[in-house]
Amino acid sequence: MSLLDIKDLRVRVEDREILKGVNLQMNAGEVHSIMGPNGSGKSTLAQVLARRETYNVTGGEVLFNGKDLLAMKPEEAACEGLFLAFQYPVEIPGISNAYFLRSALNAIRKYRGLEEMDAMDFLPMLRQKLKLLDMDDKLLNRSVNEAFSGGEKKRNEILQMAVLEPKLAILDETDSGLDIDALRIVAEGVNAMRNPDRAILVVTHYQRLLNYIVPDRVHVLVEGRIVRSGGPELALELEDKGYATYEAGAGAGA
Amino acid sequence: MAAASQAIAKYAESFGGFEQSAASHELSWLRKLRQDGFARFREVGFPTTRDEDWRFTNPGAIAQVPFRLVRNGHSLPPQKDIDPFRMPGAGSQLVFVNGHFAPGLSLVGKLPAGVTVSNLAAEIARNPGAIEKHLGRYLNMQRDAFGALNTAFLEDGAYVHIAKGVILEAPVAILFVSTEQDSPAVNHPRNLIVAEENSQATIVEDYVSLGGGQALCNTVTELVAADHSMISHYMIEREHTGAFNVSTLRIQQGRTADVSSHSVLLGGALVRNNVHPVLAGEGGECLINGLFIGNGRQHLDNYMLVEHASPHCGSRQFYNGILDGHAHGVFHGRIIVHKDAQKTDAKQTNRNLLLSDSAQIDTKPQLEIYADDVKCTHGATIGQMEENALFYLRSRGIDEMSARRLLLVAFASECMDRMKEGPVRTHVEKLIHDHAFRLAAASLGRVA
Repeated sequence: MSLLDIKDLRVRVEDREILKGVNLQMNAGEVHSIMGPNGSGKSTLAQVLARRETYNVTGGEVLFNGKDLLAMKPEEAACEGLFLAFQYPVEIPGISNAYFLRSALNAIRKYRGLEEMDAMDFLPMLRQKLKLLDMDDKLLNRSVNEAFSGGEKKRNEILQMAVLEPKLAILDETDSGLDIDALRIVAEGVNAMRNPDRAILVVTHYQRLLNYIVPDRVHVLVEGRIVRSGGPELALELEDKGYATYEAGAGAGA
Repeated sequence: MAAASQAIAKYAESFGGFEQSAASHELSWLRKLRQDGFARFREVGFPTTRDEDWRFTNPGAIAQVPFRLVRNGHSLPPQKDIDPFRMPGAGSQLVFVNGHFAPGLSLVGKLPAGVTVSNLAAEIARNPGAIEKHLGRYLNMQRDAFGALNTAFLEDGAYVHIAKGVILEAPVAILFVSTEQDSPAVNHPRNLIVAEENSQATIVEDYVSLGGGQALCNTVTELVAADHSMISHYMIEREHTGAFNVSTLRIQQGRTADVSSHSVLLGGALVRNNVHPVLAGEGGECLINGLFIGNGRQHLDNYMLVEHASPHCGSRQFYNGILDGHAHGVFHGRIIVHKDAQKTDAKQTNRNLLLSDSAQIDTKPQLEIYADDVKCTHGATIGQMEENALFYLRSRGIDEMSARRLLLVAFASECMDRMKEGPVRTHVEKLIHDHAFRLAAASLGRVA
């Protein structure tokens, strides 16, 4: 059984069809990448999988670990082991990063019937993960993402992923806003989490991140459909030739 | 108008009876103060929405009710009913029941030399000269009919005196309890806080109800912060949601005095919170911090009047409002910079979170500047709970109700963060967390 099985997923936003029948299967242990031009539906796919309710799913089915993902609330999907690293992490003034992380971890632990973790056990674990991402301790006491730099926000997403240890992590344009050093650190953080039980879906416009997080499969999403799938070499080809041929092929000249 | 004059006639009758039997009636200055108060009230009556200061709040709801003054001699609630309201960590706690001092319920701990924590009626009897020097000297009855009415009926309340140079570390908590009466009941607590030169103290006024019933608490506090004193004042309104509460905090600040006023409005049907600092000495600093959280049909009105009367003073107003259901909030922030108050630095921010389509906020800055070298800024925002933030929290596994509660607390925490760490802040935080929990539950429709 695949960890993620997307069948003919169709999604509308207002009266526009954004996803027009997406099919995708991922197994545990695999890293896939979805590449595509702006407006192709990449972020919509990521958000729908994370169960954002503002999107209208009009057709199709998604099984996550054999369960009906589309019937889950966002918090249930998270507790079942799905994680979305946001393209635009949200600033939440007034909630400290450490408190937020512990609340999230404990919500998930509680769902899984595990004991909640107290601050004494939580902080050393958190510090260790911080080190992995070369992040400053001070970020823990600051409000979630508030006044973080672009790079700090993206690292903070990966920190959350490291703490919550999801079964499936979806990284939505995690490379945007990162300079090459930060990109390397983030990629190392992600690579450190690759393991046979976990799948990672890297959503990106550019190939660069994939030099560091080498995917098993690459899918090209254009105009709401996956138009081609292949190995890591496909990413290089896209970098070279761009998406134009696919867009023309999809009949979107206008 | 007939109804209005009828209401005033009722108060006149009540005043006649009260005056004859009021404590320390024999003191002519006190008699005159009360009479002046009533004369002023009789002259102007209750304000109406035609009055600019009451544009967003109709005091008619108060004027219409035939409130009866609760006189002493009623049975007191037992200790166990009061205990849940007590603030942990208070150095001393005065308890007033329906405006009257309840020594049996009060706890006055060991106080440092130079500190008096007592009730006003006793202090007037004991030491009238010291009281006369301050009582009624700061409150402007001309501009405030409720203040005039309070002065007419003034008899008891808290009295706190901190002598020169004394630092009172443990906060003084003053608990005002309204108990359920057979008919609509009014009380007029009158507090006097005098912090002499270079002294420090923290005072908490906490308004609560036992039972329901129609009630009006019309309270006035005069706070004198002499030169170089540092005073924190907290006002917590958590009466039942059928109660009316009108409070006026009049602060008189001396040279380089530093005063913080924190207001937390959680309860009450109609609440009017007047905060009126006068920065009368050079270099004074005033923080005016507030949080109001309304639900149902609560009406919470915050009227700030910050007077800069001396040069080089700073004032910072921050009020956050959270409104759900059909609640109506008001923030009226008036700043007056007098002619000689050069180098004034006055700031005002009001942020509001509306949780329902039928909640309402009126926010109005009003700057009157008569000096030419000043800095005055104001800003107001009105927003809803951010769907983005809610989704972000939920996408990490936090359920919707907890996420809502977290966001409410986060919004409120801006105000809590301006309070000094210590027992009062802990007390307030607990109240706000509990309240946010109820509000989040209600907004999900799990609790009616």
